[in-house]
Amino acid sequence: MRLAVASGKGGTGKTLIAANLASTLARRQATCLVDCDVEAPNAHLFLHPTLTQHEEISKRVPIIDESRCTECGACVTACEFKALAFMAGNALVFEELCHGCGRCGLVCPAGAITEVDHPLGVIERGLAGNLAFAHGRLHIGEAMASPIIRELKRTAPEAETTVLDAPPGTACPVISALHGVDAALLVTEPTPFGLHDLRAAVRVARTLELPAAVVINRDGVGDDEVERYCADEGLPILLRIPFDRRIAETGAEARLLIDALPEWKEPFERLADDVEELAK
Amino acid sequence: MIRIVFLSGKGGTGKTTLAAAFAARAGDHVLVDADVDAANLHLVFRPEIEETGAYSGSKVAVRDDARCTACGACREVCRFGAVDETFAVDPLLCEGCGACVTACPADALTLVEQESGTWYVGRAAGRPMAGAELHPGEEVSGKLVSVVKEKADGLAERANLERIAIDGSPGIGCPVIASTTGAQAAVLVTEPSRSGLHDLDRILGVVRHFGIPAHLVINKADLSEPLAAEIEAYAKEQDLPVLGRIPYDERVIEAIRVGRNPVEDSESPAGRAMAEIVARLVDALDLTGKEAE
Repeated sequence: MRLAVASGKGGTGKTLIAANLASTLARRQATCLVDCDVEAPNAHLFLHPTLTQHEEISKRVPIIDESRCTECGACVTACEFKALAFMAGNALVFEELCHGCGRCGLVCPAGAITEVDHPLGVIERGLAGNLAFAHGRLHIGEAMASPIIRELKRTAPEAETTVLDAPPGTACPVISALHGVDAALLVTEPTPFGLHDLRAAVRVARTLELPAAVVINRDGVGDDEVERYCADEGLPILLRIPFDRRIAETGAEARLLIDALPEWKEPFERLADDVEELAK
Repeated sequence: MIRIVFLSGKGGTGKTTLAAAFAARAGDHVLVDADVDAANLHLVFRPEIEETGAYSGSKVAVRDDARCTACGACREVCRFGAVDETFAVDPLLCEGCGACVTACPADALTLVEQESGTWYVGRAAGRPMAGAELHPGEEVSGKLVSVVKEKADGLAERANLERIAIDGSPGIGCPVIASTTGAQAAVLVTEPSRSGLHDLDRILGVVRHFGIPAHLVINKADLSEPLAAEIEAYAKEQDLPVLGRIPYDERVIEAIRVGRNPVEDSESPAGRAMAEIVARLVDALDLTGKEAE
């Protein structure tokens, strides 16, 4: 089973849910947690993995051999991302805009284009107890998260169950994280912002034809609009975590609920049963 | 022109609520919702929309089945795994680069423009406002942010306003960089949690990478006093000025629920704290403005 924990809105408690759920599942079977939020990765703060493998992730960007370049402009015209330009007779590459697609090299009639690696970030893998763990970190100042997420998923440790902690939002990094999973668990809060962004997350799940279910975090604040929306849309609510200072403090300290507050062991066992059912 | 961008690294720390407080209390400026893939500022203000438009910034490869000879050249050159074994293009994985179009010997592939979002300009709380929403799954969030910023520049010029306040996205990647470039000040909103501090360090790295002076606000500060103190110590070490602390306050959620700006709720401790923080921020920006002159 591959389950993505996603949300639309940031800060709803995705990582809290993903870390507790993955730790619960790891007691049953071989489980891997993949933190796909490479811009703001936080799962390692909850799980304290020992990271033993480090891998640089790059994109391929063009370099132009001036002695071969005939200034025909084919590469500049072909680039959909405006990453190439001619200025004062020199071909320039704007590496930050380049998607590393290689089209410029395909169109160059003079064989003037080769490619070099442009570092984007790192992937790290290891173990947190018996839970396999992998995450990625986008380098500061780099814009493209998706290539790291794709590589992170491709190289994640094999496991019976994989829990993917997705980035917030609904844009391409979320698609990169959710593509190819079996089900999505959407974490929200019962507020107007939470509801608005849950709707967007549900649209993403439906676009990808994923079965989806909801966790309501900070239950009791706000109103029951989220609940009503879930009923209307036929979205099962698998877990409610109330707003409670002890829970908030446990999350703030990045401690697992199932360790710090043992009464939460059983609800997460039930959630583990329910997501396995959802992903079938 | 001074552009102020509200950022956080970690999501859900209260960027939008603070940006809304700024909008109500900081004098004349243009307001921008640049969190295009989870736009929420309009839920506080319900802006009167004056103009709206579609944004078509992305393309996808489309196959002409009649021409395809199933040679597989497209699949060979695609670096995004968007062409499957049957040589069909998955629009969700396609980056719109056109490498397959170049490689196809049968002219069976073309790039087709797609609508990837909508933008609007209007008025909110008596001020000009611009914003946008990305269609789910689209990959041009950075480009759409740039479009919204251009609209905001136009609004500022027409109304002769000197300041633009931008509510940014969580994270540190594409849309964040697009909303940050060209800003003169950044307000970083964090919360007292391990995750909040970890991600604050990352977003501070980004704004310093672009040479933008930053200020810090600690929201929900009383949810963990030890962590709030740790964040203040971090800020001191980093020479990052702290504008203030906002206490956790459920009246904020209630205000937004009934369509009221939380800063206007004089009974709300968080509302009062935000009003003070905005006043301090305005003083700091006045200073930035004078230094610029």
